[in-house]
Amino acid sequence: MTDLSTPTLATPLFPAANADRAAPATGHIRVEQLRVVFGRGANATLAVDDASIEVKPGEFVSIIGPSGCGKSTLLNVVAGFVAPTAGSSTVDGKPTDKPGADRGMVFQQYSLFPWLTVRKNVEFGLRQQGLPLSRREQMARTLLGLAGLLAFENHYPDQLSGGMRQRVGIVRALATSPQVLLMDEPFGALDAQTRQVMQQILTNMWQRFKLSVLFITHDIDESIYLSDRVYVMTARPGRIKAEIPIDLPRPRTPEIAFTPEFLALKQQLRALISAESLLAMGGELKDGGLEGFELSVGEKGVGDLL
Amino acid sequence: MMNLTGTIGGGGRQGWIAAVVGLAGTTVIWIFASYALFVVTWNIAAGVLDNPVLLPSAGLTLDAAAQLISSGILLSDVLASLKRVVLGFAMAASIAIPLAMLMAFFSTLRRLTMPIVQLLRPIPPIAWIPLAVLWFGIGDPPSYFITAIAAFFPIFLNAFEGGISVEKRHIHAAQFLGAGRRAMIMKIIVPSSMPYIWTGVIVGLGQSWMAVVTAELIAAQSGLGYMIQNSRINLETANVLVGMITIGLLGSLMVAGLRYLERYVLPWKATQ
Ligand SMILES: Nc1ncnc2c1ncn2[C@@H]1O[C@H](COP(=O)(O)OP(=O)(O)OP(=O)(O)O)[C@@H](O)[C@H]1O
Ligand SMILES: [Mg+2]
Repeated sequence: MTDLSTPTLATPLFPAANADRAAPATGHIRVEQLRVVFGRGANATLAVDDASIEVKPGEFVSIIGPSGCGKSTLLNVVAGFVAPTAGSSTVDGKPTDKPGADRGMVFQQYSLFPWLTVRKNVEFGLRQQGLPLSRREQMARTLLGLAGLLAFENHYPDQLSGGMRQRVGIVRALATSPQVLLMDEPFGALDAQTRQVMQQILTNMWQRFKLSVLFITHDIDESIYLSDRVYVMTARPGRIKAEIPIDLPRPRTPEIAFTPEFLALKQQLRALISAESLLAMGGELKDGGLEGFELSVGEKGVGDLL
Repeated sequence: MMNLTGTIGGGGRQGWIAAVVGLAGTTVIWIFASYALFVVTWNIAAGVLDNPVLLPSAGLTLDAAAQLISSGILLSDVLASLKRVVLGFAMAASIAIPLAMLMAFFSTLRRLTMPIVQLLRPIPPIAWIPLAVLWFGIGDPPSYFITAIAAFFPIFLNAFEGGISVEKRHIHAAQFLGAGRRAMIMKIIVPSSMPYIWTGVIVGLGQSWMAVVTAELIAAQSGLGYMIQNSRINLETANVLVGMITIGLLGSLMVAGLRYLERYVLPWKATQ
């Protein structure tokens, strides 16, 4: 596999890459009493209701919840694609009323530009910032090196595997040095093995760049493994049902999934979510269905993946 | 290895031909066989008709071609037609592509102008000839107009199709990377439409080439269409055939040339 360690830069290319830095003062996401209604009249859908979340500077926060509960809607408000019906969303006090280069976004679907090579994709945002070519190239190559993708810099996205494309997507989002990284189930389409590698790479990048990350996932293990805090959403209309701090030590390795602390968190989240999932499915499954969600943990055989 | 495949696959003949001359050689052999079949049929028909005004033999046509080439007449007519195609086509492309991109991006412009385009589109280039002659007289200018009209619609419609099928995720991603309006059009919408634009360009060039002959039949004093028309009046049927074959050859060469260029215009498609 690729080099997962964090190589040290001879000269720090990116201001945020300086690991000695104190916790950054920017990248503070605040969503307050957010309410989002789609449509009007009889067709109106209340997607998110009275949701308040916060991502402090440098924090990694996940949102987890049943399908259709409004996770993407919430993230899209922070992204600036969706306007709040009520409540507010700000990054560093600035309303998130449109998308912008102060936030990086990684989409669930691969959104690389197929007509550009891997390196040109990464350079895209730098070019919009008006950086000269040589500097752009240097930064793009450094970042691609960190993600183990330098050998593919001149490939086109269609020539890459799904995992590689998503890695390029992350690198591209990071290139403009945003303070905030928004991720909507970025690894949802990947197989379990690739997913683990990607989680590792993301963690490395996050620590190196001291970003605030708002991460959406379906996967309980993923949310625990990556996050400082996890918000659990209710079935639609999405409200915040619980806020679970993940006080596991870092750096975390995949083996952490076998520790009692991890398993306890997993049980806790599972219980919270399974109740909501049942609600989301309209109560088709009665109490008996719950047993299925309480199966013994650790069946995935996580440890031997890396 | 080819031989083995041929024997096992039972496609014996193609197998051993390919084994001797290679796959490219096989293609060439088939093209020659096809042309030979055409010439033989032609000569049989010419022999049956036995009237060089109705249908001269291949040999007579070849003689006529040799004469037209050595006298330089064919070359000057080819150049006259090519110039009209290239200029009219270039004008069409330079208007159609930017217009299509703008219309894909600005919905007000699109709503305002699309009905006009739909109204003009079904009018064949030949129906524009009377107006072209009235407006521009006889000579090169009406031909430019006709070749431009012929190329415009395929290029415009394809480019527009490309412009509106730009994927939303690419637009969103570009917004997050700080792209403004200009970058959105030039760096996202245009390249993302390029495969469509290129299809339009190939079809448009073909249409333009067909239209130039039509225009020259009626409204010009030079070019391959004019030569054909003139030779018909003088009952020089062999020259008519030379003109027709030249048109066919040049038309397919131009399209083949564009297909070859595709790997440079759409490099990301070439690698798949
Ligand atoms: N643009 C829209 N117009 C109308 N309704 C919408 C729109 N976007 C989302 N919705 C509705 O809002 C609700 C929440 O959708 P959202 O995509 O936020 O859910 P989600 O939690 O991300 O689901 P999933 O886990 O399946 O991705 C759904 O009922 C959805 O149908
Ligand atoms: Mg979603």
